[in-house]
Amino acid sequence: MMKLDVLYFAWLRERIGKPRERVDTQATTVGDLVAELAALDDWHAAAFADMGAVRCAVDQQLADLDAPIAGAREVAFFPPMTGG
Amino acid sequence: MAARLQTEPFDLASDLRDFGAGAGAIVTFTGIVRDDTGQMQALEIEHYPGMTERALTDFGDQAARRFDLTDWLIVHRHGRLAVGEPIMAVATAARHRKAAFEAAEYLMDWLKSRAPFWKREIGPHGTGQWVEAKDSDEDALTRWSAAPPAR
Repeated sequence: MMKLDVLYFAWLRERIGKPRERVDTQATTVGDLVAELAALDDWHAAAFADMGAVRCAVDQQLADLDAPIAGAREVAFFPPMTGG
Repeated sequence: MAARLQTEPFDLASDLRDFGAGAGAIVTFTGIVRDDTGQMQALEIEHYPGMTERALTDFGDQAARRFDLTDWLIVHRHGRLAVGEPIMAVATAARHRKAAFEAAEYLMDWLKSRAPFWKREIGPHGTGQWVEAKDSDEDALTRWSAAPPAR
């Protein structure tokens, strides 16, 4: 088990109902973590229903679903970015 | 060479006073809050504290190396903005204009699709609508071939 801060932004934050949470996880990749989170409750399930619309960062670096999370401090989930 | 994140308006003229000394060309771009529907009350911009600052600095450093810039500046606001207010600006300084123009476009293309900002349009009744990312913005990145992988 590893403790991890999970952050949510934009509509993921709204759908899940909080900006961050501390989780105990056995996941080794971002994809594993998504599966664990989506199983928590209906709100999480709704937020992760369409992973094509979700982007991710591991320790503030953009990452793919197969990225490892061993030793990471925080993992963030958010929609495609709309800056500029 | 600086990236700055702030809620308050900025004054590009004063930011550029000591910018790019010795350059032969300076290009600036300013983005303004636009109302496409005629119903927008405000624009709210959310960001990822820490990651956003780092991303902006990374983009600036990459542009400086790639286009041999003598100076660069990125200013981006967050929070609630009114229609017509400036959202962000980039400035690039180089020996010649081609590099300065290209670097400004490069920075804008990266900012649009890879800087952790999320825009929400606030409508007439105070309801918010998240702005969706455009495929054309994503496509714009592909012309800068050395793009690091990210979905």
